[in-house]
Amino acid sequence: MIWWLAFRAILHREALRFLGQRGRLVAALVRPLVWLLVFAAGFRAALGLSIIPPYQTYITYEIYITPGLCGMICLFNGMQSSLSLVYDREMGSMRLLLTAPLPRWWLLLAKVTAGAMISLLQCAAFLAIAAAFGIRMPWPGYIAAIPAILLAGLMLGALGLMLSSFIRQLENFAGVMNFVIFPMFFLSSALYPLWKMKEASPLLARLCAVNPFTHAVELIRFALYLQPNAAAAGWVLLALMVFGTAALWGYDPARGMQARKGS
Amino acid sequence: MTPGLGIHAVSYSYGAKVALSEVTLEVPKGRFCALLGPNGAGKSTLFSLLTRLFTTRTGRIAVAGQDLARAPRAALARMGVVFQQPTLDLDLTVRRNLLYFAALHGIGGREAEIRTAEALERLGMAERAAEPVHALNGGHRRRMELARALIHRPEVLLLDEPTVGLDAAARAAITAHVHDLADQGLAVLWATHLTDEVRDSDQLAILHRGRLLASGTTGDLRGDEPLREMFLRLTGVEA
Repeated sequence: MIWWLAFRAILHREALRFLGQRGRLVAALVRPLVWLLVFAAGFRAALGLSIIPPYQTYITYEIYITPGLCGMICLFNGMQSSLSLVYDREMGSMRLLLTAPLPRWWLLLAKVTAGAMISLLQCAAFLAIAAAFGIRMPWPGYIAAIPAILLAGLMLGALGLMLSSFIRQLENFAGVMNFVIFPMFFLSSALYPLWKMKEASPLLARLCAVNPFTHAVELIRFALYLQPNAAAAGWVLLALMVFGTAALWGYDPARGMQARKGS
Repeated sequence: MTPGLGIHAVSYSYGAKVALSEVTLEVPKGRFCALLGPNGAGKSTLFSLLTRLFTTRTGRIAVAGQDLARAPRAALARMGVVFQQPTLDLDLTVRRNLLYFAALHGIGGREAEIRTAEALERLGMAERAAEPVHALNGGHRRRMELARALIHRPEVLLLDEPTVGLDAAARAAITAHVHDLADQGLAVLWATHLTDEVRDSDQLAILHRGRLLASGTTGDLRGDEPLREMFLRLTGVEA
């Protein structure tokens, strides 16, 4: 079937491209590992953690931020794919993709799924290295985290795709860093639990609570400890649908946003 | 006669700026049509509309009899495109690039292998199938994009300034090759701003500021005047 054939081909292409660029894998791993092994070690002393779900005992700070760093991997991946589109690096291959005789939503879904799959591979490598440094989760949790990471990857990939269709010209990576990645990452439960944030500022805590990235992180965190978190899954799904719909609208040929950008 | 590419009264504006105004052009099968226009004439806009990167409500585009607005997938399936921007994955092998495209058009398995091998054979590049694309020179890359655009056996072939950045020999080779393809029955629309790529027997459409200034057979249109002179006279632009 042509739909499935094309879907598989798009996934395959992204996987080959990813594996072919060793530098990209290394860069994608260095970032969260620096946070885990340097930042967390320094920060541990400053931050006291109480026992909050899904944890049943006191945990180290490294254990706490590991799911958040998985989320960070997905976040950077999603933004990177959108940036490569904005910068025209991928513009040609995107045009090629969009002239395939398939519905556009299917092609874009395949593209986002491929990105989520890359995120999953990076998270697996990251978790393996973390485990080698003694930062371990219950092993069935690693399996349970697979769908959670994929869902988070899809949602953040859809966000990236949406941004790529609406942002005409980004000055540089700093633009996305400042306005998307940093707020999303810091206004979330990735680095500190929400109750801690609430002590500092109820308003910020509320912002964290509506940030879909928070729910992506919590979804991964709970999955790693084999606990369901329907609220987080629901939020992530909802965000996926909103970003996905907006991305489809952005890439709707009748709108022609790509056109204004291209010519 | 089966229809090739049909463009009927197509207009497009970017906000208040009119990019295309009532463009009508018919390219029958077996014809090479040169779309000649200076930079900014509207060629890229027309190509974006033809490849359905975006759509317009005014006018109609048909590819091998399939309406692009009403049956976009059937129309796209009959169309081969060589884009102005490079669209190859430089890190992937020649063969992988071709297989990827074949799969996007619903060709997989043995059939994809056969067609890919055929395409490489035609290019005389069979022995380079396993090389990454970045090892190829510009001329080979372009030829490869052309071969790729033919894998799904389209009836209409669109090329958007395909010789940009190529040396004279590669440019002449690819121009001759595409003329041959038209002789074999493809409807070809070749956008360019270089008059020496156009032959007297070709169909010619001159686009300037979004309007078709002239349309017909090149030899008839230019008479005794060199094409370059005529083009400059009509557009007032140094090509």
